[in-house]
Amino acid sequence: MNITLNLEELTAMLLFGIGFTMLVFSRNLLKKVLGLNIIDTGVYLFLASMGYIEGNLTPIVPPTGPVDPGIYINPIPTGLVLTGIVVSVSFSALMLALAVRLYKKYRTLNLDEIYARCDREDGED
Amino acid sequence: MRFVENFPFITIVLSLFSAVICFALKDKRARFVSYSLLGAGILMSASVLVYNLTSETGYFVYRMGHYDAPIGNEIAAGVLEPFFVLLFEVMMLLSLLGGSYKIETDVEPSKHRLFCIMVNLTHAALTALCYTNDIFTAYVFVEICTIASCALLMARKRTRPLVAATRYMMFSLIGSSLLLVGIVLLYSVTGHLLFPQLYASIQALWTTGQYTLPLTVALGLIVSGLAIKSGLCPFHWWMRDTYATATPAASGILSGVISKAYIFLLIKIIGRVISREIYVQSGIHTVLLIFGVAGMMVGSLSAIQTHNLNFMLAYSSAAQIGYIYMGLGLGTDAALLASLFQMVAHALTKPMLFLSAMGLSDTVGKRQDFDALRGSAHWNPVAGIGYAAGALSMVGLPIFAGFIPKLLFSLSAFGHDWKTYVILVALAISTILNVVYFLRTMVNTYGPERVAMERRKITFRTARTFSVVVLIMALINLIVGLHAQPIISLFEKGIHIFTTIR
Repeated sequence: MNITLNLEELTAMLLFGIGFTMLVFSRNLLKKVLGLNIIDTGVYLFLASMGYIEGNLTPIVPPTGPVDPGIYINPIPTGLVLTGIVVSVSFSALMLALAVRLYKKYRTLNLDEIYARCDREDGED
Repeated sequence: MRFVENFPFITIVLSLFSAVICFALKDKRARFVSYSLLGAGILMSASVLVYNLTSETGYFVYRMGHYDAPIGNEIAAGVLEPFFVLLFEVMMLLSLLGGSYKIETDVEPSKHRLFCIMVNLTHAALTALCYTNDIFTAYVFVEICTIASCALLMARKRTRPLVAATRYMMFSLIGSSLLLVGIVLLYSVTGHLLFPQLYASIQALWTTGQYTLPLTVALGLIVSGLAIKSGLCPFHWWMRDTYATATPAASGILSGVISKAYIFLLIKIIGRVISREIYVQSGIHTVLLIFGVAGMMVGSLSAIQTHNLNFMLAYSSAAQIGYIYMGLGLGTDAALLASLFQMVAHALTKPMLFLSAMGLSDTVGKRQDFDALRGSAHWNPVAGIGYAAGALSMVGLPIFAGFIPKLLFSLSAFGHDWKTYVILVALAISTILNVVYFLRTMVNTYGPERVAMERRKITFRTARTFSVVVLIMALINLIVGLHAQPIISLFEKGIHIFTTIR
């Protein structure tokens, strides 16, 4: 495998790995949100690299004259990235709102501590 | 194109628009708009179902803006899609109506409107998840569904739902990430997003032996992402707090409807994108079978150990989800039919159980522990009936909806070597465990009171909407249990369409 030809894909995989590790193993809520965003960045890089064709044009079709699809880059992955960004921003906003409310209540962002204190307060099971 | 073919699109768009409109409305009007839209959705889904049942092919594709692939986006409806949308809409509406008086007290007055907006978004997402013919659109609506359901959970004015929402979000995010990577990987291999083109491309690649490993990894990621989101063991630990701490209407929607929508999407992807042959050849089904059986055991054992009614119902959901995955793990039409029926039985039963549990706990000052709930069925007879009907259905007593999938699972298990023994033993043990925890609590609620405490009598007259809704739910459960054949025939037709018409 030629690394230079797959640099974007390798970087995307690395970003995904870093983000996923943060999302799963970090106990800090804020770091988990960061992890989510790193995962998404990796996925968007992967998508964008798939649509990019070296030397081709931005897919804006001229108003007149014949259209040759062969001279443009693939616009579909770009559209997917835009949609994905909207989704990840919504998720991040919701997670940060949750983090703010939990911090106001418990004065910590450590999830283990939050779960333990919540269980103690309720005294359930 | 017949006008009825526009109904799926109209339902999705109306739900999304009404979510925006509800921002500008007062609480009561917002609630009226949300509930009316669910009612309209029920009528439209029923129309699509009747249309497809009576049409020659039983299937249609709606092209958004009449653009073809790869630019266009599609909605496709066979028989299963409108049926499940109809089921989800009916159960959502009943859950909301039955739990409406609790929403008034559980949700902060300033957030009633937001609750309605989230109901609209959930409705739009569920409809889109069932009807979509595009895998990236499915991902987007999976995320919308997650955000809306999380907001429904957080709406309750206590701290514990916030903590539960955090846990729910963590598991959901892991599932979403895997799903997204799976979809992107699939796109990178095939270059398509629409189901028919994906199917053709995967078939061609698999037959020629090209990209077998990336395809298997992509399919594995998609399946595991949706399995995590729907709460398959060992990823079910978010369920207890999520289902037990939300307002009962939201608990019913989350456990009975939303988790099923993810599973329906998975079934649709297996049937229409992967194809059953490749799904079986890849070996993913065996993994699902093992985790499904584990879920049945772990969920039931956890339910036995707890002494809190809502926690017990939540753990029971994990066990019931395990049944569905056990059926998917066999990879045959008969087992798929059993899994589909299990989805119906669980969707019909679990919201009724959560509403009934709410009715019972309200008689004893909102306490949920078994000691306090002893004898509570005498103080709220309708909730007692609802709980008894739900418990008997979950146990698998003939005449209730829950019996049919157990029978279908048993019949479909034969002829699969070691899997036959695993499934039959798992079914036997799980049924015994179900009897232990459901019948114990059912007898408890009708038994003599042991704790001296102030109790509140709730009669049909004092909680009319709640009582009517619970009785309707019990009646539907009974009717489905007694007349299962039409639904089985419908599923057979639906599965045939899934696997033959592209």
